[in-house]
Amino acid sequence: MLRTFLNFFSIVWRSYAGKISLIVFTICMSLAVLGPIAAPYGPTERVYDAAGNLVRLAPPSWDHWLGTTLLGRDVWSQMLWGARPALTIGLLTALGTVVIGVNVGLLAGYLGGAVDSFLMRLTDIFLGLPFLPFIIVLLSLTGQNIWTIILAMMAVMWRSTARIVRAEVLSLRERQFIAAARTTGASDFDIIYREIAPNVMPFALVGITFALAWAIITEASIGFLGFGDPNVVSWGSIIYDAYASQMMYRAPWWVVPPGIAIMILVTSVYFMGRAYEEVVNPRIKQAG
Amino acid sequence: MRRFLVKRLWHAALTLFVMITGMFFMFRLLPGDPTATVISPALYPKAQAALKAQFGLDQPLWMQYFIYLKNLTVFDFGVSFHTLRPVAGEIGNRMVNTLVLILPSMIFAYFLGALVGAYMAWRRGSKAEGLLVLLATALQSTPVFWLGMLAILFFSLKLDLFPVGHIVSPGKFPQATWQMYFSLDFLHHLALPFMVNVAYQFCFPFLLMRSTMLSTIGEDYIELARMKGVPENKILYHHAMRNSLLPLATTLPMILGWAVAGSVVIETVFSWPGLGLLMVEAVGRSDYPVVQASFLLIAVLTVGGTLLADLMYGLLDPRISYK
Repeated sequence: MLRTFLNFFSIVWRSYAGKISLIVFTICMSLAVLGPIAAPYGPTERVYDAAGNLVRLAPPSWDHWLGTTLLGRDVWSQMLWGARPALTIGLLTALGTVVIGVNVGLLAGYLGGAVDSFLMRLTDIFLGLPFLPFIIVLLSLTGQNIWTIILAMMAVMWRSTARIVRAEVLSLRERQFIAAARTTGASDFDIIYREIAPNVMPFALVGITFALAWAIITEASIGFLGFGDPNVVSWGSIIYDAYASQMMYRAPWWVVPPGIAIMILVTSVYFMGRAYEEVVNPRIKQAG
Repeated sequence: MRRFLVKRLWHAALTLFVMITGMFFMFRLLPGDPTATVISPALYPKAQAALKAQFGLDQPLWMQYFIYLKNLTVFDFGVSFHTLRPVAGEIGNRMVNTLVLILPSMIFAYFLGALVGAYMAWRRGSKAEGLLVLLATALQSTPVFWLGMLAILFFSLKLDLFPVGHIVSPGKFPQATWQMYFSLDFLHHLALPFMVNVAYQFCFPFLLMRSTMLSTIGEDYIELARMKGVPENKILYHHAMRNSLLPLATTLPMILGWAVAGSVVIETVFSWPGLGLLMVEAVGRSDYPVVQASFLLIAVLTVGGTLLADLMYGLLDPRISYK
């Protein structure tokens, strides 16, 4: 398990695009960890000038690298604070998504029969579910905080991993080493989790990267539609604030940075996923 | 073929049925009383009971469910909590608005993506190819609402070329709704969201076409065509591209369904009165009958897209067995 994980980085590092995106991703990760410490102001702190006036919509300057918002908040500080929720929500969602997806895929593929039919029907139903609308409805009913957002995304996103893993398990199931394990008296549980699972790990990792990319964008979309956690400043919520204030046209420095940050982060994630996928699974076409 | 068709239709119907049921019970069983917005707890108990009876909320839950299902079969989506008018009246127009926005841009983006993707696969390894792949991935990684905001910022406010949002100018709404779709004013409003949508939707077909082409180019018959001296252009567009169209054609309906689901953000940015915006607004107002109805229609479009994709795959690829 750990080896597959380390292997991921060494494979990604081998290609040119992978190398750059790994570096970019590491920078984003360190921003998420260190950002709040390095930020000159708090995420919702209002900045006053020497005369005691609120510094509203100030253009970028030496004091405020990315200017300030309508409520006098420092955009650069908000950007630093916003990296953490984007990545935490993204990574937790991706992890949970893949854990569910892999287990569904393993059980459906290995057990077959009625279990398989049921789980695959369920997967199909989730595949037909309109993603963002469903999450918004769910959030409107459960209330909005980081955890409901993560759970809502997880509840839908496992569908694609489940399908891919199941297809792989179907072919793995017929291999000799599984028959060998069975003759030695290994239980179904052992076969599924000791023999088959390690072989689908590469698919799980590809799933994690694409789920991460999706989750980051979706979190931003949720924030933009006004269904984000009201107590957390994230890149999506910065864009929402700028949009809701109707002042973004006077203050491009307020809207442009969070979008660019999301774009750079997600692009690096996509390229890492593709660099890895090309090596471990050259058959499968990139699934966007 | 017939069994394949029946099975797919049955699956789609089952999916929709489960979604409808799930939605119905989700609204009624999850915490938070959706009726609180229309039936104020401050009212006299008698008035509350009367209102409850009027909305049919005095019935047991399973009865409400069957009434809901029965009404759906005649496209009766109930009464909006907000406007107190039947939901069905408004929702049809909203769906047309969404489709008018999504369909043409999607189809255009698909053609563009296919052509450029094929050409770029032909020129693999070139600087232009690397740049375009990076650009397409970056576009795909960009939140589309942010792209829309930048477009408004630049094209509408700076250059003053397009209106900021909405579907027609205020006060210019024509007598009959259908006339609107043929007015210049409408096209003027459509232009900006159309372009943003094309830019965003271009990425998937482009990347897909490129990678399919890359594997097609390695096939023997391409080599053979070259040896026969067929001009490069002809090999590209007649031999290679034709044989790479299958994944693209079969994913189109499915992606279209996803685009409809994703249109909530685009419609919100451009204040485009489609299904997505209706749903977001209704959620904000706790107008649950409207939320349910708009979600249901979005789901119908998504499930329909997936169904169509499956059927097309069966039709276009003779290697598929209809089991």
